[in-house]
Amino acid sequence: MTSAPEPLLALSNVNTFYGQAQVHFDLSITVARGHIVCLLGGNASGKSTTMKIILGLVKPRSGEVTFDGASLIGLSTPQIVRRGIASVPEARRLFADMSVRENILMGAFVRNDRDAVARDLERMLTLFPKLGQRLSQRAGSLSGGEQQMVAMARALMSRPRMIVMDEPTMGLSPLYVDRVLELIRTINQAGVSVFMVEQNASLALEIAHEAYVLQTGRIVLSGPARTLKDDSRVRDAYLGGSEAA
Amino acid sequence: MSSWLDYTINGLIVGNVYALVAVGLALIFGVSRLINFAQGSIYLVGAYIGWVAVVQLHTPLPLTIIVVAAAAAAVGLIIERFGLRPLQNSVRIAPLLATIGISFVLDQLVMLTFSPNPRALPSQLPDVRFQLGGGTIGPLDLLIAGVGITSALLLFVFLRYSKLGWAVRAASQDRDAAMQMGVDVNRVNQAVFGIAAALGGVSGMLVGMYYNQIDTAMSLQATLKGVVAEVVGGAGNVPGAVIGSLLLGLVESYGVAVFGTSYRNLFAFLLLVVVLVLRPNGLFVSARQAPPEPLTGTFIAPSRPVRIPRWALAVAAAGFAVLPFFPVSFYVLQTLINAWLLGMLALSLTLVAGTIGQVSLGHAALLAIGAYTSALLSLTSAVPVGLAIIGGGLMSAALGTLLISPSFRLRGHYVSIATLAIGEIVSLVILNWESVTRGPIGISGIPPLSLFGYDLISPSSVYWFSLAVMLVLALLQGRLLTSHLGRSFRAIRDDDIAARAYGLSLNRYKSLAFIFGGFAAGVSGGIAAHLYSYINHETFNTQQSILALTVVILGGLGNVVGAIVGSVALVGLPEVFRIAAEYRILIYGIVLLLLVRFRPQGLLGTI
Repeated sequence: MTSAPEPLLALSNVNTFYGQAQVHFDLSITVARGHIVCLLGGNASGKSTTMKIILGLVKPRSGEVTFDGASLIGLSTPQIVRRGIASVPEARRLFADMSVRENILMGAFVRNDRDAVARDLERMLTLFPKLGQRLSQRAGSLSGGEQQMVAMARALMSRPRMIVMDEPTMGLSPLYVDRVLELIRTINQAGVSVFMVEQNASLALEIAHEAYVLQTGRIVLSGPARTLKDDSRVRDAYLGGSEAA
Repeated sequence: MSSWLDYTINGLIVGNVYALVAVGLALIFGVSRLINFAQGSIYLVGAYIGWVAVVQLHTPLPLTIIVVAAAAAAVGLIIERFGLRPLQNSVRIAPLLATIGISFVLDQLVMLTFSPNPRALPSQLPDVRFQLGGGTIGPLDLLIAGVGITSALLLFVFLRYSKLGWAVRAASQDRDAAMQMGVDVNRVNQAVFGIAAALGGVSGMLVGMYYNQIDTAMSLQATLKGVVAEVVGGAGNVPGAVIGSLLLGLVESYGVAVFGTSYRNLFAFLLLVVVLVLRPNGLFVSARQAPPEPLTGTFIAPSRPVRIPRWALAVAAAGFAVLPFFPVSFYVLQTLINAWLLGMLALSLTLVAGTIGQVSLGHAALLAIGAYTSALLSLTSAVPVGLAIIGGGLMSAALGTLLISPSFRLRGHYVSIATLAIGEIVSLVILNWESVTRGPIGISGIPPLSLFGYDLISPSSVYWFSLAVMLVLALLQGRLLTSHLGRSFRAIRDDDIAARAYGLSLNRYKSLAFIFGGFAAGVSGGIAAHLYSYINHETFNTQQSILALTVVILGGLGNVVGAIVGSVALVGLPEVFRIAAEYRILIYGIVLLLLVRFRPQGLLGTI
C-alpha cells in the first residue's frame, strides 16, 4: 500500500446479503482524497452492489461506511447525495423524456444557488461541447456516447467531492471510451475523487491511482494501479470472473 | 334540444370532470406504478365535504372549492403516509390491495356518517342557460370547464417550472436515478397524493353539483371512469389522461345520444377493453413497448404454506357433514350455506389469482353468468335444476374464458383493470339485454334446488348439497395443484417470460385456469340463483368480487384449504359477533388492510 492521505471514503468489513445469499465478505475499500480508485471484477462479483452500498440503495448487514470521517450507515440516498457524492449509474439512467438541459440541471437538484448553477451549466457545455446543440432534445433520443456525456455532466452539477461511476465505458464505441476516460481524468484533476467499477481492467488501470480486484464478494488483490497492471493474477481474476482462478 | 352540439358540450364537460380524477391517477401511477383504487373514495369524500360546506356552513362557492381541495388533499396525505408508505418494500400487489381496502373503509365511513340516502348538493349558481350555436351552456358547465382548464394549467406550471415538479417528473421516469440526484421520493409521493386527492375531491364536488345529487355509490363509478380515462391516455401519462378523459366523455355522451342512458357505462368499459387489448400502453405510446410492470415473481408473498395433515382435513369435513344431525339453529346452517357458496367462488379465485397470478377484480361476473344461465335454463327450457346448475357452470367456464381471453397478454395491474371492466360489462349487458335477461326487472320465481326429482327445500338438505359440491370442487382443485398442470400454472405466475422460454403456452394455461375457475364460480352462482329464487343485475356485484379477494388473501393465495377457511371466517365471524350489516364492509376493508400490511401470505400461506 502506498502511504495515501487520509481517506475520503472508507468501507470497512462490510458484509452484504440478498436474502440468504451473501454478496460481500468483509469488504474493505478506501478512496484517498483526489484519487481515482477502480474496483475490478467479473460478473456477479458484487461490484454494482458496492456502488449501491455507497449510495445507500442497499444496506449492509454489518460493517462501516464513512465519507469524510462521518458514517453513511442509516442515511437515505438523498442525504448521502447531499454529503457530496454524485453518481453516474450503470447504463446511465437518464430521465429519458426530459430534455438534455433538464437532465443536466436535475444534477443540481440539491443546490439552491441558482446563479451559480446557471454558470455551472455553461461550464459543462465547454467541458462537453457536443451537448450544446442537444440541450432541448429529449435525452432518450441521444446516442449511447452522448448519453454518457449527459450523465457525467449531470453528476458534476451537484459540485460533488466524489463521483461514483458504474461501468462508465460499457456499451460505448472505442472512440467514446477514450473520451470518457480522458474526461474522468480531467474531472479528477479538477479535484473530484472518483470511485469507479469496471470490467474493462486494462482501460481502467490506465487512469486509476489504486485498484481493487473483487472476486465473488471478496477482495483478492489491491494496490497501486501501476503494479496491478503488470500482475498476471489481475488478468486471471477478471477474465475468469469465477472462482476458477 | 338533443342537438349534437349539446351532446358534444355535455361530453366535454363530463370529460373535464373525469380528467380531474384521471390526472391524479396518472400522477400517482407515474411515480409509484400504482393504480390508486381509493381515488374514487376521495372523490366521494370531496362531494360530502362540499355538501357540509354548502348546506351546513353556507360557504360561498370559491371558499367551498378551497375547503374541499384542502380537506381532500389532507385525506390523500393520510392515505399515502399510513396506508401506502409502510408497504414500500412489500410485494408488488400489496399497495394495489391496500388502496382497495382503503377505498372500502372510506366509502363505508362516509356511508355511516351521512347515511346511504342521496342528498342534494346545490351549486349556488344561477339557473340560466346561454345559447351557443345550436346548443346551450350553463354557468355550472362554465365553472367545470374553468376548474378543469385552470387545474391543467397549474399542474403544467408546477411540473415544468417548480423544483418539486421536476422531482415528480424525474421520479416517474427513473425512481432510483432520481434518488441519486438527491430527490426525496417520499416527498414526491406526498406531493403527488396531495395533488391527486385535491383534484379528485373537487371533481366529486362538481359532479355532485352537476347532478344536484350525491350518494355513496359515486365512489366506485368515479374510480372506474378515472381508470378508464387514464389507461386510454396511457398509464402515467398526464396529458394523455386529459385527452383520454375528454375522449371518454365524448364516447359516453354520443353513446347515450344513440342508444340511451343505460348504455353510458357500457361504452366506457368497452372503450377500456378495446384500448387494453389493442394498445395496452394507451393511445399515445407505441403498442410494442412493454407496459411498466414487474416482470418476475414478486407479485405474491412467498411463504411456506401451513401443512395440515389429511386426516385433520377429513375429520373437519366429516364434522361439518354431520353438523345438521345436532340441534343447531336454522341460522347457523344458513350462515354456513353462505360460507360454502362463497367458498366455491373463493376456490375459483384462488386458482386464478393465486395459482396462476391473474388477480381478478370482476369475479362476481362469473357468478352472474352461472346464475342467469341456470335460472333461465330451468325456467324457460324446463331443464332439471341439477343439470341447469351444471349448465351454469359450463356457461361461466366458456363465456368467462372467452371474455377474458383478449386480456391474456396483459400483466399485473392491467389484468385487474381488465377483469374489473369485464365484470362491469357483464352486469351492464345483463341490464340492457332485456329480451333474454329481463333487464332491470330481474328474474323471479326461479325453481328451488332439486336433485333427481327431489326438491331440496329443508335447510339441512341445501346445506349438504352445497357442502358436497364445494368439497368435490376442492378435491379436484387439490389434485390439479399437485399435478404437472399445477406446477405449470405456478411457473407462469412466478415468471411468465421464463415459463414461455421453457415452452409453456401462456394462453393455453391461462385458459385452462379460467375454465376450471369459471366452472366452480358458475356452479356457485347457479346454486345461489335457485336458493334466492330472485336475481337481478346487481345481485352479484363488485363488492362480492372484492369480498372473494379478501377471502382468498386471508386464506393464502393459491391455497385451497385457505379459501374455505377464509370463507368460513369472513362469513361466519361477523355472524358470531352479531355485527350489523353496515359495519361488515368496513370490517372487510380493515381485514384486507391489516392482512396486506402484516400477513400478506394469509393465514395458511401462499402456495
